Amino acid sequence: MLSLEKLRQIVLPFLVLMVLIPAWSGLAVIVEDFPTPSDTYVAAFGGINSEGDEVIGSLSDPFYIENEDDKGLFWQVLNSLERVFAGFALAIAIGIPVGLLIGMSKNFMTALNPYIQILKPVSPLAWLPLLLMVFQDINATAISTIFITSIWPIIINTALGVKSVNEDYLNVAKVLCFTPLEKVTQIILPVAVPYIFTGMRLSLGIAWLVIVAAEMLTGGIGIGFWIWDEYNNLNYPNIVIGIIIVGVVGYILDMIMGRIADYFDYTKRR
Amino acid sequence: MSKFLDLEGVEKVFPLPKGKEYVAVTDVNLHIKENEIISIIGHSGCGKSTLLNMIAGLDMATDGGIILDNKEITGPGPERAVVFQNHSLLPWLTVYQNIEMAVKKVMPELSPKELKERVYKFIEMVNLDPAKDKYPGEISGGMKQRVGIARALSIKPKVLLMDEPFGALDSLTRANLQEHLMRIQQNVKNTVIIITHDIDEAVLLSDRVIMMTNGPEATIGEILEVNLERPRDRVSLQHDPEYIRCREAILSFLYEKYAKEDE
Repeated sequence: MLSLEKLRQIVLPFLVLMVLIPAWSGLAVIVEDFPTPSDTYVAAFGGINSEGDEVIGSLSDPFYIENEDDKGLFWQVLNSLERVFAGFALAIAIGIPVGLLIGMSKNFMTALNPYIQILKPVSPLAWLPLLLMVFQDINATAISTIFITSIWPIIINTALGVKSVNEDYLNVAKVLCFTPLEKVTQIILPVAVPYIFTGMRLSLGIAWLVIVAAEMLTGGIGIGFWIWDEYNNLNYPNIVIGIIIVGVVGYILDMIMGRIADYFDYTKRR
Repeated sequence: MSKFLDLEGVEKVFPLPKGKEYVAVTDVNLHIKENEIISIIGHSGCGKSTLLNMIAGLDMATDGGIILDNKEITGPGPERAVVFQNHSLLPWLTVYQNIEMAVKKVMPELSPKELKERVYKFIEMVNLDPAKDKYPGEISGGMKQRVGIARALSIKPKVLLMDEPFGALDSLTRANLQEHLMRIQQNVKNTVIIITHDIDEAVLLSDRVIMMTNGPEATIGEILEVNLERPRDRVSLQHDPEYIRCREAILSFLYEKYAKEDE
């Protein structure tokens, strides 16, 4: 038996979909070559499109491997995810210690803050040519671009978490004569961990945003490159499919990260 | 009479911007005996918390010295346990873990079994067995403060410092905690210093009440001996001439001699 709340959660978004699809169809009429919802559906799952051509859906066999350069969508997404996680892992490994450092030391904060503030708003697309010049390698360039654009929220949130440690908790540590290491592990980290995870969640979101742009410019394999490739092949419906896939994967990543964050957040552990 | 905790000419000056300074407390001389319960009372801003922080070693005196058991205080330490006004339990640890953390750190020589026994002993002392696995966020303010007291006592301090320990609680819960404290004190003797702004609390709990003048440059105005037998009963004390005398002495000090205009 569906509860009223469950029903509400299904019906309301469905109603919006009922508005979105006609709006999309209208757009396809106005804008020349814009893929219609039905052509996009056919391009995704196969069938006969509006031109009367038989189409193999790009989602009907996402696992195919024709050759190194021609692989199913699953492999494209997996490849992008690998790069994202490599860059993200690097950002965590360096961002958390740096964040702890500037959170605990006013001097480090003063010394590093201007550079953080200046580098933080730099677009990944601005880094890309420089990094491509340095590494001359697609993977290394994509990973380092993700690293350098996604590290900032981790640093900033970690520092914020450290700063939010209540003076009373630090007094407890003082009275008990905690060593600096004990202070970090037993007082600062438990308070900062929820903040760190918020930073990681933001960072992962950025990393997923960046990968699409990076892959478009570096080429090779990956969902970003796939979208660009479909544009060059004039397969416009596939661009829409690519966008939806990027959105869904991004949403799933955020959800997983949110779950992990809640697990480590003592204020939500009951 | 042996000196146990000795404050000699203690002064605390806080630097202000533009090279000015604020003298919070000055020329505080106080000799506290072992197992004595002292209350420090005064209007807000009289530097009583500053005084306690200096004894705790969280704040250093800018002049004078504090000596505990023949050793000068140069920093915080577990032999001067503090019960903070807002309990300051670590919210990510359970009641048991909060106490365990303190005992583990201060008495690393205990075996796991001894550690457990000691933690349980202090949980029982404040009647918190049913709540031992709860998180601070799940228990009442009064219970939190009892954990704070248990945690402070569990590390076997020479002095128990309490900074307005019951100030944030409603009056019934406060009375209940005062009873707890008196009962614990009856069983295990401790040297206790309580910062308070509650006259009844000061008289009920203490052997001596230290009355502070108003800041800046606050100092000890009067010291009142409370000559009441223990155990004390709050109800029957209401008609006890000594209790009434002590109350009146503090009242007159706070509201006649050192009345604060704007409060």
